[in-house]
Amino acid sequence: MDIMPRWVDIIIVPLLSLFLAAFLSALLIIAIGESPIAALNLMIEGTLLRSAGWGYMLYYTTNFIFTGLAVSVAFHAALFNIGGEGQAMIGGLGVALVCLFIPWPHWTLAIVGASVGAALFGMIWAGLPAYLQAKRGSHIVITTIMFNFIAAGVLNFFLVDVLKPKGSMDPASANFPSTTHLPTFQDLASLFGFEKAFRSAPANVSFFIALLACVAVWYLIWRSPLGYEIRALGKSGPAARYAGVRPVKIIMIAMMISGALCGMMAINTTQGESERLILNFTEGAGFIGIAVALMGRSHPLGVLLAALLFGFLYQGGAELALWTKIPRELIVVIQALVILFTGALSLMVRAPLERFFMSLQKAKE
Amino acid sequence: MNIVTKLLSAGVGLTMSAGIALAEPAIIFDLGGKFDKSFNESAFTGAQRWADETGGSFREIELQNEAQREQALRRFAEAGANPIVMAGFAFADSLGKVAPDYPDTKFAVIDVNWLSLPNVRGIGFNEHEGSYLVGMLAAQASKTGTVGFVGGMDIPLIRRFGCGYAQGVMAVNPNATVIANMTGTTPAAWNDPVKGSELTKAQISQGADVVYAAAGGTGVGVLQTAADEGILSIGVDANQNYLHPGKVLTSMLKRVDNAVYEAFSAGENLETGNFQMGIANGGVGYALDEHNASLVSDAMKSAVDAASASIANGSMKVHNYTDDESCPAISF
Repeated sequence: MDIMPRWVDIIIVPLLSLFLAAFLSALLIIAIGESPIAALNLMIEGTLLRSAGWGYMLYYTTNFIFTGLAVSVAFHAALFNIGGEGQAMIGGLGVALVCLFIPWPHWTLAIVGASVGAALFGMIWAGLPAYLQAKRGSHIVITTIMFNFIAAGVLNFFLVDVLKPKGSMDPASANFPSTTHLPTFQDLASLFGFEKAFRSAPANVSFFIALLACVAVWYLIWRSPLGYEIRALGKSGPAARYAGVRPVKIIMIAMMISGALCGMMAINTTQGESERLILNFTEGAGFIGIAVALMGRSHPLGVLLAALLFGFLYQGGAELALWTKIPRELIVVIQALVILFTGALSLMVRAPLERFFMSLQKAKE
Repeated sequence: MNIVTKLLSAGVGLTMSAGIALAEPAIIFDLGGKFDKSFNESAFTGAQRWADETGGSFREIELQNEAQREQALRRFAEAGANPIVMAGFAFADSLGKVAPDYPDTKFAVIDVNWLSLPNVRGIGFNEHEGSYLVGMLAAQASKTGTVGFVGGMDIPLIRRFGCGYAQGVMAVNPNATVIANMTGTTPAAWNDPVKGSELTKAQISQGADVVYAAAGGTGVGVLQTAADEGILSIGVDANQNYLHPGKVLTSMLKRVDNAVYEAFSAGENLETGNFQMGIANGGVGYALDEHNASLVSDAMKSAVDAASASIANGSMKVHNYTDDESCPAISF
C-alpha cells in the first residue's frame, strides 16, 4: 500500500503542486505585461517583511484554520461539508446577538460568550443537513450547499429588517459595545512596549483560539474514543456498524462539531475585525476551508500550514492590487490555481511520483 | 553609469513601487468594481481626465473584501498618497476610524456627508433634484401614462432617486402610474444585469414605456432590455445615452467625475468639510447629446429647463426622501 515514503506524500507532493501553480501564475503575469519576480517580491515584502502584513496574514489564517479544521473533522467521517460558508454566516449571527444583547463587563467574558454563541448557531445549522443525511439519506453535499443559500437569506433578513439601525444605508448591525472588542495584536504588542508593531492590522486574540482548536481537534480525532469511532465510520461504514458504532449518532456529532468550528470563524471576523455584523464577512472562507483541509490532508498541523499559505496568498493578493496594475480578477485566478493544483489535481503530481518510487523499489529487488 | 542606474532601478524599483512619499492622489473603488458603466466608472473617468490633462499618475485599487477597506486607506495614506478619494457610502465607517490617524492626509468620500472630521471632504449629491428632471421627461415621453423605476440595492439613498423621479412624473401628469422595483437588498444588487432585465420586462408587461434605472451595473441590463423591447430607458450617474442611441431618453447625471476631478486637481490643498452638490452648482442634471436629441422635443426641454431653473434659484423644492424617510409621490 505504502509505495512512497511518508515524507514524500506530506512534503514533496504539496510543494510540487505549489510550484506548478506558481509557474502557471508566472506565465499569466508575464502575459499581461508585468514581472512575476517583482510581483513575488511585492507579495513577500508586503506580507512577511512588515508586522502589519503579518497581522493581516494571520487574520486571514485564523479564518482558514477554523474552516479548514471544520472540513477536516467532517472528512474523517467521510462527510463532505461544503456548507462552511453558511455555517459561518449563522455563527456570525450568533456572535452579533450575544455581543449586542448581553451586557458583557469585559472582553475575556465576551469572547467566551461569543464563542459559545457562534459554535451553537453553527452547530444547529450543520445539524439540520446532518440529520437529513443520517436519518433520510439526503446527500450531505447537496443539502449543505443548499443551506448556504438559506443562510445567506436568513442573514440578509436579519441585517436588513431586524439589526440595521434606522436610517443607515449599510446592511449592517449597530457597532458592538466597546467592552466586547477583542484586543488586536497591536494591543498585545504594545503591552510589551512595541507600540508600532502590527499597526492597525486586524489579527486578534481569536488567532490563539484557532490554535487551541487545532490541538483540540488533534486530541479529538486521534486520542479520544469518539474520534476513533468517527475515523472508523469514515474508513468503512459496514465495518464500523459491525463493531458497534452507531452511524446516525456519529454523523450528527461529526457534522455538528464541523458546524461549530465554522461558526467560530465569526469571532475573528465579526467580533474581532468589523466589531459589527456585516453582510459578506465570510469572504468565501468556508469554501477556502475545503482547499485548506485537502492540502493539509485533514491533519490539524497540515491545516495550520495550509491556512498560513492561504493567508499569505490573500494578503499578498491585496499588496498586488495596491501597488501593481494586475487586475483583481487575475489575483483571484492565481489563488484559484493554487487551490486547483493543491486540492483537485494533487493526484496528477502523485501518480508520476508513485511510478518513480515503484521503479526504485523494483530496481532494489 | 548606465549599468549602475539599471541595477538600481531593478533593485530599488520594487521598494519604490511599494511606496515612499509619492504625493500622488489615490482612488479606491468599492466591491462593485470600477467598470460598471455607471457610478464607479464615472469616478474613474474623473480620475483619468485629471491624469490625461496634467500628465500625472494616480494609485487605484478595486477592493476584494471588507477587511481591505481600512487596509487600502492606511496603506495609501502611509505611502504618502494625497488626497485619497473613495467612491461609495460603505467607506464611512472605516474612514471615521482611519482619518484621525493621518491628520496630514486629505480624504474625499462620495455619497457620505455626515462625517465631520478636519481632514475629510464629504460630497453628497441632490439626486432627488436630478431625478425630478428626468421624471418630468419620462412623463412627457410616455404614451401609456405608466413609467418604471428600477433601483439597485434597497437603501434610503436609492429611494431618494425613486422619490425625486416620482415627484417629477406627477408634476407633469398627476394621473400617471409609477412602478418601482428594487433589485435586491445586498450589494450584489449593484451588479446583477440579469435581474435588472427581468424587472424591466415585468414593468413593461404592466404597461411601462419609460424605465429609469438607478442601479449601478444592473442598469446595463435594464437599458438593454428596454432597447430590445422597443421602449425608452433613462440612464444614471454617467451619461449612458450612447449605450443605445435613440433608445435612451436621457441620463440623470450625477457628476461624480467632476467631484473626483476637483479633488485630484486640488491635491494637498483640498478644501475639507461637507459639500452638497445639486442643480444649483452643477452637481446633478440630465444629459442631452446627439444620441437623444431626436427624443427630447423643444417643448419637453423648455419645461424641464424651467423646472431646473426654479430648483436652482430655490423657488421650488423637491422633497428629499432621506430627510424624513417618506415620499409624497410614491410608496416603496
